[in-house]
Amino acid sequence: MDNFTPLSALIGGTFIGLGALLLMATLGRIAGISGITSLAIFQREGRSWRLAFVVGLLLGPVVVSLLLSDFSFSTPELSIRTVMAGMLVGLGTAWGSGCTSGHGVCGISRFSARSLVATLVFMAAGVFTASLF
Amino acid sequence: MHIVFAFLAGLLMSVGIAVSKMIDPAKVLAFLDVTGNWDPSLALVMASALAVYSTGFWLIRHKPAPIMAEKFHLPVVSKPDKPLLIGATIFGLGWGLAGYCPGPAISALSAGSIGTLGFVVAMVAGWYLARKWPLPR
Repeated sequence: MDNFTPLSALIGGTFIGLGALLLMATLGRIAGISGITSLAIFQREGRSWRLAFVVGLLLGPVVVSLLLSDFSFSTPELSIRTVMAGMLVGLGTAWGSGCTSGHGVCGISRFSARSLVATLVFMAAGVFTASLF
Repeated sequence: MHIVFAFLAGLLMSVGIAVSKMIDPAKVLAFLDVTGNWDPSLALVMASALAVYSTGFWLIRHKPAPIMAEKFHLPVVSKPDKPLLIGATIFGLGWGLAGYCPGPAISALSAGSIGTLGFVVAMVAGWYLARKWPLPR
């Protein structure tokens, strides 16, 4: 557990919660990143606010890299595994109506039974594949 | 004004994803892989995000409407069904393979990695296919 970073985890999680809360308090929308991004692409109605949200998502690391001098992160190689994972995440979040943000943060906070079940299932499946492969 | 607040919400969440290092697939995989050098950080990211959001949601829950819109848009279906279970399983399998869920993958695009781009293009293709072939209840 020498890689445990509790302080940055707590600060980062607080920002995630605040951002999601801002969207609910102002626009009355659940901050589900998979849903917002896919509708920004595939649905004309309500596209402008969804695109603005996605632009905010894209710029977050740029802002952080300006503020923190030692900020860096790894990225995956382009491989069959990476593309297959992307396809599974796309299919799964669309069929399951949400991802880590929509179900894991917003849904559980509203005591939604669907979101609690979805979160337990995708966490278990994630632990399964990451531990085995 | 809608787009300003939506932009700020996305930016705040993405800053959180970056600061917490969830943007780094290696960090996420170190949490999901319980057989190796286990890193519990992601549990604290979830816990603090949940603490902030659930407190805030509790405070605004009886408001008649959000500040900038005519009503709250909350999902009505609340029982788990077959598409939810199948979808969450498939999502989890993909998450554990690459260490990316949608937020961190989109945020990481600014780094200009071809691997991240490949993941996101495949994810968008997955969204398209799932919209074309919805699962029966």
